[in-house]
Amino acid sequence: MAEKLRYRDREMAKHVAQKIQDRAPKEVAIKICHVCGTHEWTITHFGIRSLLPSYVDVMAGPGCPVCIVPASEVDEAVQLALKGIVVTCFGDVLRVPGSKMSLLDAKAEGGDVRIVYSVGDAVKMAESEPKKEFTFFAVGFETTSPSTAVEILHKPPENLSFAISHRLIPPVMKLLVKMEDLSLNGFVAPGHVSTIIGLKPYEIFPKIYNMPTVVAGFEPLDILFGILMIVKQLKERKPRLENEYIRAVHREGNAKAQGLMQKVFDATDGNWRGLGSIPSSRFVLKKEYSDYDALLKHNVKVEHGVDIQHGCKCHLVIVGKIRPTECPLFMKACIPQKPVGACMVSSEGTCRIWARTAGRD
Amino acid sequence: MAMCLAIPAKVVTVEEDKAHVDFGEGVLREVNVTLVNARVGEYVLVHAGYAIQVLEEKEALETLRLWNEVLEAEDVTK
Repeated sequence: MAEKLRYRDREMAKHVAQKIQDRAPKEVAIKICHVCGTHEWTITHFGIRSLLPSYVDVMAGPGCPVCIVPASEVDEAVQLALKGIVVTCFGDVLRVPGSKMSLLDAKAEGGDVRIVYSVGDAVKMAESEPKKEFTFFAVGFETTSPSTAVEILHKPPENLSFAISHRLIPPVMKLLVKMEDLSLNGFVAPGHVSTIIGLKPYEIFPKIYNMPTVVAGFEPLDILFGILMIVKQLKERKPRLENEYIRAVHREGNAKAQGLMQKVFDATDGNWRGLGSIPSSRFVLKKEYSDYDALLKHNVKVEHGVDIQHGCKCHLVIVGKIRPTECPLFMKACIPQKPVGACMVSSEGTCRIWARTAGRD
Repeated sequence: MAMCLAIPAKVVTVEEDKAHVDFGEGVLREVNVTLVNARVGEYVLVHAGYAIQVLEEKEALETLRLWNEVLEAEDVTK
């Protein structure tokens, strides 16, 4: 949109940063958490941390949907590929480590693993090769799961099934709030997840947990304003839910997308890599759509996997307990070309994003 | 592909659940518009081949109004 340049205005950014400095309560350090890989990209790419006063810290929470898929679910996709089923997935998913193998390793072993840009591409592939069995490895938060729901309701071809690894953001935010050693002071809530789910699911954070919560967009000024709005709430001691990303996020969200998700999925407890089981955080197919369940259809089930490889600190990076630079493997044994942990794989992973800027503080 | 990423694009044609959109590169790409009511000439936010929200010009201007409000309130309460 034509306004884009104004969202990156340097003078305005400095002005807002100054306001943050002026307004931030200085008695204790302020720790603000976001839960979106694209937020982390903007923060790192535009050097937003360097604009903030030393006592205001912005940390990346578990906002990378690829990074938090547990090894057991990667193992299941690997098994499907090794059984001769064509596994389709987003590009970021290919190198995510399973317990022993990634999907890329499975491809090297002769498995047919194909990258798709959207679930619709998987449908087209299955339609054009009716003699082969296809699976779509459905990874992603609420931004992505509606597209899976669209295709399932659209009666996909019989030779296509789905391995559903969708996860939900508000339940993991609840987990973060309850981690006392994190001692968070505010949330920058994820803009694009919010276009779908709206504002209501975040109401509990200010109401029950006294946590200032601001939904923010993805331009540098969006994030700076989001931080300023949180800092003001802290100063006023009036935690509330605010929306900075009004050009894309409506209070009620995308009702149609919500309706389709409710039709197709049930929310159940789900494992997150490095975080364990989180209540009501995972989408599974409703019973009436179980014919499309790849794991039932092809009789594959992996109960436990190895989420964290020896020496890897992804489980601490993922909740912001340490920065990537505090992991002994970062940019030594674990590099983008040869990742050890999931956070170094995806372009949304905190370690991968920091690797690109050599992990500047 | 960055999985939280969604990119604005201008709707050029709409036919049932498919639309051709322009991401500003002058090349038309097909996206699925089942999740939104997109009209020709509007901007939509596209994630992994699916439009997830319609962006309105009015709301883009509203952002600037909101920012000014945050700053002005700052200056007043200072």
